[in-house]
Amino acid sequence: MNTALALPPPPAQGLRRRVSDLLYTRRGLLLLALLAPPLLWFGVVYLGSLLALLANAFFGLDDYTGQVVREFTLQNFRDLADPANLDVVRRSVTMSVLVTLACVALGFPLAYYMARHASGAQKAVLYIAVMLPLWSSYLVRLYAWKLLLAKEGAISWLAQQTHLGWLLDAVLALPAIGGPSLSFSAIGTFVVFVYMWLPFMILPIQASIERIPQSYIEASGDLGANPALTFRRVILPLSMPGIAAGSIFTFSLTLGDYIIPQVIGDSTLYIGQVVFKQQGVAGNVPFAAAFSLVPIVVIGLYLRLAKKLGAFDAL
Amino acid sequence: MRSSPAAGWPLKTAAWGVIAFLHVPLALIILYAFSAEDKSYVFPPPALTTQWFGVAWLREDVWAAIKLSFEVALASTGVALVLGTLAAAALARASFFGREAVSLLLILPIALPGVISGIALRSAIGTMQIPFSFWTIVIGHATFCVVVVYNNAVARLRRLNPNLIEASMDLGADGFQTLRYIVLPQLGSALLAGALLAFALSFDEVIVTTFTAGQQTTLPIWMLQELIRPRQRPVTNVVAVIIIALTFVPILVAYSLTRADEPVHR
Repeated sequence: MNTALALPPPPAQGLRRRVSDLLYTRRGLLLLALLAPPLLWFGVVYLGSLLALLANAFFGLDDYTGQVVREFTLQNFRDLADPANLDVVRRSVTMSVLVTLACVALGFPLAYYMARHASGAQKAVLYIAVMLPLWSSYLVRLYAWKLLLAKEGAISWLAQQTHLGWLLDAVLALPAIGGPSLSFSAIGTFVVFVYMWLPFMILPIQASIERIPQSYIEASGDLGANPALTFRRVILPLSMPGIAAGSIFTFSLTLGDYIIPQVIGDSTLYIGQVVFKQQGVAGNVPFAAAFSLVPIVVIGLYLRLAKKLGAFDAL
Repeated sequence: MRSSPAAGWPLKTAAWGVIAFLHVPLALIILYAFSAEDKSYVFPPPALTTQWFGVAWLREDVWAAIKLSFEVALASTGVALVLGTLAAAALARASFFGREAVSLLLILPIALPGVISGIALRSAIGTMQIPFSFWTIVIGHATFCVVVVYNNAVARLRRLNPNLIEASMDLGADGFQTLRYIVLPQLGSALLAGALLAFALSFDEVIVTTFTAGQQTTLPIWMLQELIRPRQRPVTNVVAVIIIALTFVPILVAYSLTRADEPVHR
């Protein structure tokens, strides 16, 4: 009796307490209450939309009215095999692979420097310097490249000033990847893609190099490896998950983008542009839907490969 | 810190060269906003002027686009904040069947190319014959903003000492009081950071928006139209600088709020 008086009064009684106790003792119920709203949203809005997309891929278009005909047909998939469309897929996949390789080549040295040499304030500055472009406006950065690559722009000016104008002209004269100016060439498209997605490659590589214990590197040295061998046999394999994780971003972002090649590049088409044009200008949503399944399948295959390299442990 | 030998000059050059590659274009944007040239992208600018800021200030279409983008970002961030926090609370510590599937579902909208999410939403909107509106934009944006809030909240929840919750319960608080007085104060700054990043992401989104906006013009859509068919280059230059300024602030604030957690993720 006395001890009971010494305790503070129980905070809330009645319904609220009962609900609270119920949720605390039955964890499943709490989980359900927490998960229901996000699952409903994603299940209905997002998965619902993806299913609508999938369904549309099997519909056709009435040639006369231009209206979607809701009858099952595989015609869209037969149209996909058209040489012009296969060409678009091949070009997009090639571009994605090249952009990914360039991002590794450019991103690795910086990631390595950030992880193993920078410390304190310098490290924070480098981190912000990589993160700011990643988060800042996609369109503004694209616009910046329009300024840089224009015929009268900064890169041409720099080439003139350094008497390397002939080199720029020679590069632009290359068949297939050249063009009248950098902003109307496949080289331009490539450079902008690399620029846009580079931060997505740097950060996961940096994280994976940071996770390599110093003792591994010392052990490698103690066992007689010189720094080059240590790099090749210890650091590089252990940073593979980071490279794979970054490559998921660079690969899939390049594969699906339709704005960059529209603004910077020759007028050849990429997957994203075909999808966009088919649904917009042509009004052929069923064919656009079928075509958008191509990057989903390609990315699915790529994710399986990346999983083998341990990408998901590094995300 | 670990002791490593000093970096050789090739590594240093490569590292700082990449940093320069990432930032020179952004610096150029700022320079061009002051360029007196209004017909071409000529470099170096023949003269510098601040007159275009005044011209841009009077442009009603720019203001309307900024207003729409701001409202959309606000509404999307609100939805994402609720859904992302709930998902993080459910997934932070629990392990249950289907957990991986749920986290994959949250990441899917940013893992799949935007054009696919866009056309998926577009075909759903078309199939259900919903007219385009403010809310069709918000639905698209909120869907890919959830993962940003989720990532920040889940990183903080994993650092939260579970003993605090048990101590609160042992001292007689019920679940709601524990949430109010223990969990939310710890979570606050992570949620604010997540909200700021979600806001920046929505404010800048263009790929999904082109499919869900109909005839409405958000700021990125305005910018895209100028990119494809330039009408008044100096105004575009100024708007580009404004966009950079508007997005840098939330990013830097979010960074300083979550520095102690895991690195900021998309």
